[in-house]
Amino acid sequence: MQEHDRSFVRTEMVADQAPPVSDHGLLSWLRRNLFANATDTVFTIIGIALVVMIVPPLVQWAFISAQWTGSDRTVCATLAQGGIQPDGWSGACWAFVDAKFQQFMFGRYPDEERWRVYLTGFLFVVLLVPLLIPSVPRKGLNALLLFGVFPIVGFFLLSGGAFGLKPVATPLWGGLMVTLVLAYVGISVSLPLGILLALGRRSHMPVVKLVCVVFIETIRGVPLITILFMASVMLPLFLPPGTSFDKLLRALIGVALFASAYMAEVIRGGLQAIPKGQYEGADALGLSYWKKTNLIILPQAIKLVIPGIVNTFIGLFKDTSLVYIIGMFDLLGAVRQNFSDANWASPQTPITGLVFAGFVFWLFCFGMSRYSIFMERRLDTGHKR
Amino acid sequence: MATEQTIAEGGAPRVPLLYDPRVRGIAYQVLVFVGLFAFVYWIIGNTTANLQRANIASGFGFLQGRAGFDIGDSLVAYSSDSTYGRALYVGFLNTLRVAILGIITATIVGFIIGIGRLSKNWLISRICLVYVEVFRNIPPLLVIFFWYFGVLSVLPLPRDSIELPFGSYLNSRGFYFPKFLWGEGAGLIALAFGLSLVFIWFVRRWAARRQAATGDQLPVLWISLGLLIGLPLLAFAVTGFPLSFEFPALSTFNLRGGVQVRPEFLSLYLALSFYTAAFIAEIVRAGVLGVNRGQSEASHALGLRNRPTLRLVVVPQALRIIIPPLTSQYLNLTKNSSLAVAIGYPDLVATGGTTLNQTGQAIEVVAIWLIVYLGLSLATAALMNWYNARKALVER
Repeated sequence: MQEHDRSFVRTEMVADQAPPVSDHGLLSWLRRNLFANATDTVFTIIGIALVVMIVPPLVQWAFISAQWTGSDRTVCATLAQGGIQPDGWSGACWAFVDAKFQQFMFGRYPDEERWRVYLTGFLFVVLLVPLLIPSVPRKGLNALLLFGVFPIVGFFLLSGGAFGLKPVATPLWGGLMVTLVLAYVGISVSLPLGILLALGRRSHMPVVKLVCVVFIETIRGVPLITILFMASVMLPLFLPPGTSFDKLLRALIGVALFASAYMAEVIRGGLQAIPKGQYEGADALGLSYWKKTNLIILPQAIKLVIPGIVNTFIGLFKDTSLVYIIGMFDLLGAVRQNFSDANWASPQTPITGLVFAGFVFWLFCFGMSRYSIFMERRLDTGHKR
Repeated sequence: MATEQTIAEGGAPRVPLLYDPRVRGIAYQVLVFVGLFAFVYWIIGNTTANLQRANIASGFGFLQGRAGFDIGDSLVAYSSDSTYGRALYVGFLNTLRVAILGIITATIVGFIIGIGRLSKNWLISRICLVYVEVFRNIPPLLVIFFWYFGVLSVLPLPRDSIELPFGSYLNSRGFYFPKFLWGEGAGLIALAFGLSLVFIWFVRRWAARRQAATGDQLPVLWISLGLLIGLPLLAFAVTGFPLSFEFPALSTFNLRGGVQVRPEFLSLYLALSFYTAAFIAEIVRAGVLGVNRGQSEASHALGLRNRPTLRLVVVPQALRIIIPPLTSQYLNLTKNSSLAVAIGYPDLVATGGTTLNQTGQAIEVVAIWLIVYLGLSLATAALMNWYNARKALVER
C-alpha cells in the first residue's frame, strides 16, 4: 500500500516580495492623498487650478519680469507711464528696494554714525543667540547682560551725547532699526510687568486686585491706536508744564503698556493651571510669598504658556508697525513714506516695497513661532494633563 | 521635650506684628492706595495747569460746535456744517459697518480654510497651510496698505473701468454695482420672507417631533430651502416684479448712478477679513482636532454615517472649543478696524482724530473712544457668552 503523506512541511521559505504596488510608491501616494474618491479628485483639480493661477504669474512678476537694477523710476514704468518698459509690462521693482535699502533699515540715521547701529545690532545678536541655544551654559549671566547691561550700552550707542559720541536725535531714527528697538523694549518690559499684573490680579488683597483688573481690562478693551494716541497726545498733558517728552519714548511706553496687559492674561492662564497642591506644598515648606512664586509657581506656570507668550511677542512685533500712524517711520512707515518719492513713483513701486516689508516682518514672526514650537517640545516633560 | 513644651504652652505662636500676614496685607493695600491717589492727584493737577495754559475749556460742550470737515463715506446725512457730535456718530456707524461685514466674511473664509487644513487631500491642506502661515505672520496694517496702495489704487481710471458681470464695474475710485430700486408692493416680499422663516421654524419643530415619535426623517433642508426661496418668489410674481435696477453708467470723468463702494472701505474690509480669517482657521482646526477620536468612532459604531456623525457629534462638541477664542478674534477685528485712520477711511478713530486736532479736546475725545470701544467689546462678549452658554455642556 502506498503511503500518502498528507501533511505538508515547508522545507524552504518563499522569497521576500516587494509590497504591492498599490501600497507604496508615487502612484499609491497620489491615489491616497490626492485622488481617493470623486470629491477628492474634484478638490485636487480645483487646487491645481488655483496653484497654476497664482504661482506662475507670481514667479513671473517677482523674478522673471522684475527689474533688479536702475537709478530711477524709468526702469519700472511702461512707455505710457514715461518709462522704458513695453506697454502691459508688470514686474517687481527691486531696484526701488535696492536704492532705498539704507533708508528702510536705518531711516535718516547719519551715514557716518551708522557703525553705531551695526555695533548695537552685533552686540544684540551675540548676546541673544547663546541665550536661545539651550546647551550653552551661564544663562543667568547671559540674561543679565542682555536685559541689564545691553539696554544701557545700546541707549548710549544709538542716541549718543556721551563718551564723545555725537548725539543723534530720535526723529532721525527709522526703518527696521526702530521696529527692532520697539519690539525689544516692548518684549523686555511687558514680560516682567505682565507677570506682576497677573500676580496682582490673582492677589487676595482687594485694592491691588481691583487696580490690576481695571488696568488690564481697560487696555485690552481698546485698540492699540487709541493707546498710542493717548501716549502721544495725553502724556504731555499729564506731566508738569514745560516737560518735553521724546516721541519715540512715548510710543515705547504705549506699546509696552499695551503688550503687558495681554501678557498678564496669558500668564494668568498659566497660574490658574497650576494645581492648588503646589501652592499648599510651598506654604507647608514655609516659603515666603516671593520664594513660593519664584521657585515653585512661576517656573511651572510660564512653561505651560510659552506658546501664548510667544504669540503675544509676535503680536507685539506686528503691532510696532502702528507707530506709523502717530508719525514715526518704522520699517513699514519708511516704505510707505517712499511711495511719494517722485523719483521712484510708478504703479509697481508701492506693491514691491510692501512685499519687501511683508517678507521682513514674516521672517521675524515665522522665526519666533518656529522657535516657540522647538522650545515647547524641549520643555515638554510629559507631565501635561 | 521641646516640641511637647511648645504645644503645652498652648495657643498659636505669637507672631510679631511686622510678620502678621493680615497686618501686612492691609499695610500693602494702604500703601498702594495712597501711592495711586497721589499719582492721580499729581496728574490732575498737571492737566488742569496745562489746559489753563493752552486755554482749553474741558467738558463735552464742543460736541455741539460746527465740524467744518467733510466725510467721504457716510451712512447718514452729513455735511461740513454738521456738529462734531454728528461727525463722531458717522465714524461710529462706519466702524460698526466694517466690523460687522468683516466678521461675517472672516468667519466664512476662516471656516473654509480651517476645514481645508484638516482635509485628507494633501494639496488642499498645503494650500490652506500656506495661507495661514503667510497671513498670521504679517502686520494687519501691511495687508491694508497692500490692498489700498498695491491693488486698488493701481486699477485703471474710471474711463477705462474693468467691466464685471451684472453691470458692475471696478476702477481706481472703487467698486460700482447696480442699485436695487424697489417699486410698489416690495413690502409684501419682505413679509413673505419673514413668513417663510416662521414656517421653517414650525416645520423643523414638527419634523423633530415626528422623528422622535415614528423614526421617520423628513428632508428638512430641502423643505426649508423651498420655503425660503419659493415664498418670496411667489410674492415677487404676485406683485408683478416690482424691481428695477439703476446701472452705473459712464460719464465723462466718472461713473454715475449705481452704488459705489469706496476703495478705502474695500481695502479695509478685505484686509481685515483675510487677516482675521487666518486666525479663525487655526481656531477651527484646533476645535475639530480637540474632539476626541473616540467620539466619532462611537458614533460610527452606533451606525451613523459620516454626515450625521459630523453634524450631530463632532461639530457641536467642536463649537464648544471654538467659541471662546472666536469671540476674542471678533473683538480683535473690531479693534483692528481702527487702522482705518492710516488710509483715510472715516471710522471712529479717524473722525475723532480730526476732531481732536481741530478742538484740542484730547481728554474728551480719548474718553469717547474708550467708552465706545469698551462698550463694543462688552456687547460682543455678552452676545458670544450667551451663545456659548447655550452650546455649553450641560453637566449634571
